[in-house]
Amino acid sequence: MSMAAEPVIRFTDVTKTFRRADGKGEFVAVDKLSFEIAKGEIVAVLGKTGCGKSTMFNIVAGLTEASEGKASVVGHDPFREFDFFRGKIGIVFQNDRLMPWRTALDNVLLGLQVLDVDPKEAAETARGWLARLGLSGHENDYPHALSGGMRQRVSIARAFAVNPEILLCDEPFSALDEMTARDLRAEFVRLVRANNKTAVFITHQIGEAMEIGDRVMVFHRPARIAYEAKLSAATGEDERRKMRDDIMQVLALEQASA
Amino acid sequence: MMNSGITRILQACAGMLLLAGIWQILSMVLPPFLFPPVPEIITRTVEILITASLLTDVLLTGARIFGGLFGAFFIGAALALVIARSKTLENFISPVLTFFQGIPALSWVVFAIIWFQGTEFRILFIMVMTTLPAFTFQILDAIRSMSKDLFEMTMSFRPSRWTLFRFLIVPTIVPGILTAWKVNLGNAARVVVVAELVGATGGVGYELLRQQQLFDMAGAMAWTLQLVLFVLIVQQTINAIEAWALRYRPISERSI
Repeated sequence: MSMAAEPVIRFTDVTKTFRRADGKGEFVAVDKLSFEIAKGEIVAVLGKTGCGKSTMFNIVAGLTEASEGKASVVGHDPFREFDFFRGKIGIVFQNDRLMPWRTALDNVLLGLQVLDVDPKEAAETARGWLARLGLSGHENDYPHALSGGMRQRVSIARAFAVNPEILLCDEPFSALDEMTARDLRAEFVRLVRANNKTAVFITHQIGEAMEIGDRVMVFHRPARIAYEAKLSAATGEDERRKMRDDIMQVLALEQASA
Repeated sequence: MMNSGITRILQACAGMLLLAGIWQILSMVLPPFLFPPVPEIITRTVEILITASLLTDVLLTGARIFGGLFGAFFIGAALALVIARSKTLENFISPVLTFFQGIPALSWVVFAIIWFQGTEFRILFIMVMTTLPAFTFQILDAIRSMSKDLFEMTMSFRPSRWTLFRFLIVPTIVPGILTAWKVNLGNAARVVVVAELVGATGGVGYELLRQQQLFDMAGAMAWTLQLVLFVLIVQQTINAIEAWALRYRPISERSI
């Protein structure tokens, strides 16, 4: 009997509540959310602003803890087992989050330095990633001297440089112009596939979700799966069109009930 | 077009020359023991700088300023880190520091004379107590202004506490630390004179007390200028360190 592979990310009835800023009561950001993501899968998460996508993202990243339920990443608790995940998760944020006092090369080196990689080897790796992302010649530039697209490329290089098992992306291309976003999107998917990574990609654009994801999950508000569909190279144009219509309908319903 | 650095120096010199001009005019119409001529003040100032025994007094005061500032900086930085980590400790420590801030420098001088015997320890104590609250609050403010985005990004790599401190906290608080040093340097230069007036047998404050007893205005001005020169040199050194440490900051061509 063959055993099914353990999912890389598993949420079981995860709920996250926050205290309101005025101190009066709480609000639920994630509501009994359950899903599984297998190794090598790219899952795109769609939803309206404030639907709890980023909270789910922060729970997977170990930046916040679930109030109830169980979040598990490669079989471990991402919040409590802090040291276990060193070098295992790479994150590309909505804004580049580059350290302004570090050059492009030093920003890419950050994760490698945390992992205590030999400095020579680390510099080689960082330079290699910058080159792969078309930033050769900009190694010694400070972030303020780079364009938005270049800065986001540096942040992608920073995430990939530590060779993480899992990549988390929170609307990483939303602040870029469409041409740059399209190029980076294609580059990102190519890198994820080539390096056999598992990726969670949060976006609010249906086209982007369908272009990137092997699976698209649409979130309810508070976060719970309202719609889910799988995609592959074999998914035909008609099927994709229907999927797009279904997603739009779910999002419209969400909008109406908000 | 003239270099902007040279323009800035010329503008600063023009202001000082105007002040010296007004003083010189006053020295011509008022008795010299009230307003001695500018050349006499300059001569006395240079004399202090080239006479080893007199220069020692200036350097002694400088050492006392640095001793007090370094002491307050290290204690203040440790307190700021502790306060930043614990709300309970903040509630406990902050009111005490605020209370200290309200105590005049002269009161600390009196306390030091009553409590301690050694002159150097008295001065060190006064310097530390008067600059400690400002250092603590300024460094605490710098820690609190740390970007949440950069903190979360760094934490996503799961660094050790030491790595987090080196890679994120130190670079984040460096601008605040440099500002704190610049602000406290001026305060320390004022306080050290008060501290040296009472009990010290050397230093700029002691020499100022002597000039007062001799009713020597040129001497008083010359010793005051030593302290001003010392502060200017240290300020310029801090500015140079700041320019190097914050070289990554973009500079707009348009001024505010």
